[in-house]
Amino acid sequence: MSQQFYVSPEQIMKDRADFARKGIARGRSVVVLSCAAGIALVAENPSSSLHKIGEIYDRIAFAAVGKYNEFESLRQAGVRYADVRGFSYDRSDVTARGLASVYAQSLGTVFTAEQKPFEVELAVAEVGRTQDEDHIFRLTFDGSIADERHFVAMGGRADKVTAALEEGWRDGLGLGEALRLATRALVASRPAPGNGASAGDGEAPASEAAQPAEAFALEAAVLDREPGRWRSKRRAFRRLDAARLKELLQE
Amino acid sequence: MSGDAVRLAAEASSSFLEHLSATRPELLPFGVTPVGGAAALQVPHATTIVALQTASGVLMAGDRRATMGTLIASRSMEKVFPADESSVMGIAGTAGLAVDIVKLFQVELEHYEKIEGTQLSLEGRANRLAAMVRGNLSMAMQGMAVVPLYAGYEPSAPTGRIFSYDVTGGRYEEHEHHSVGSGSTFARGALKKLWRPGLEEGDAVRVAVEALYDAADDDSATGGPDPVRQLWPVIYVVDDGGSRRVSEDVVKEAAAAVVAGRSAQSREA
Repeated sequence: MSQQFYVSPEQIMKDRADFARKGIARGRSVVVLSCAAGIALVAENPSSSLHKIGEIYDRIAFAAVGKYNEFESLRQAGVRYADVRGFSYDRSDVTARGLASVYAQSLGTVFTAEQKPFEVELAVAEVGRTQDEDHIFRLTFDGSIADERHFVAMGGRADKVTAALEEGWRDGLGLGEALRLATRALVASRPAPGNGASAGDGEAPASEAAQPAEAFALEAAVLDREPGRWRSKRRAFRRLDAARLKELLQE
Repeated sequence: MSGDAVRLAAEASSSFLEHLSATRPELLPFGVTPVGGAAALQVPHATTIVALQTASGVLMAGDRRATMGTLIASRSMEKVFPADESSVMGIAGTAGLAVDIVKLFQVELEHYEKIEGTQLSLEGRANRLAAMVRGNLSMAMQGMAVVPLYAGYEPSAPTGRIFSYDVTGGRYEEHEHHSVGSGSTFARGALKKLWRPGLEEGDAVRVAVEALYDAADDDSATGGPDPVRQLWPVIYVVDDGGSRRVSEDVVKEAAAAVVAGRSAQSREA
């Protein structure tokens, strides 16, 4: 039998956290921000089919960074949770707070009990009737949950994105303005050409970095504050396709 | 949920019905098996639904009456519902179960759309509904049958399509028009005479109202237009823009025109 060395619990947790943090920082950023028209969700995403942003329920959306397979399984579990809850109680009884606390428990359990923690960071957003009633929850790999005000940036160089958002965010931003702010913040966080991510762990080749905002692939969606204008009446989530996004960015 | 999150992807289903059957079967409308016969059980029944193809898609209409034995259980029941943004369904049979099956079917379609990121084909949606009707078979054997009528817009055709079901989950595509429920015999007779290809929406509404009027005329379980309570049939249309409910005013006008037309003739029928 091999000799088991003693490792302190603090060290185990620190190692796991470092592992997860590294994985999350490798990816590209996602921004969720509240504006007058609703909640805008913008992600830098080269794929047009592997989404980082998704619909959960009538007024609730999901955004994630990190490993796709991990956050996708969490997204699907969230959709199941919300649909079962809405089916057995009422549609109005499905809330972002409830979903976020279920996510927190799942992430917390996986962080301590599984072989490796999830390398993901999630945001759960719920659009309210007014901007003050908007909820944005941020969930980290260890199951920590934070109730964010106004906006949240995750993944990649989130600190730089957050700094750019802090500078530009104000109450009552229009949808076009909010999308432009999010795009600006994402661009600002990109490494300058030449000193990009080191080979192997960066998704983005450095040569892409110098491209203007509209040239790099963006995935965007909005939780509409007044879904009644649309056919389905209840579902607030709208994905913005490339043409619509371009239109809004140039508005 | 952590178990759910780490479950093998192949085991995960895009179907809400399968998920519910596996995890919360007690929530299914047909999750409870009745003990003994339901012959003595008095439960509300929903009645006549008509659907017809129009120039731009399809239209579905239902009367407002629910009966319980010889009593009227409800005068204002709605039996036609939007299933999703481009299809509608109507229900005849045991009202309590039928309304729950509608709710389940609506969640099933939305659930698939959210999990997969694309909409189910019209054929696929019609098949999912067949699975639900079949799920209700043991209840149907006890006398609590649910018979839906499903209609949607097929963008590849492009036209509206109508599907009918039997209690065993058999699915049949109907052409031109169809009707289900206790007054369906009379409604179908009317549709055979009134329907013609390429009906515009306004004319189609009139035809549907007239067919329901005929059903109500001869079937005690089908309700006619009710000017006292201002209750008119519920009518939905589906075209390439999606499904929408025809406004009360339009239906009221059509009902008034049908009644006026019949009165003017001052004949027995």
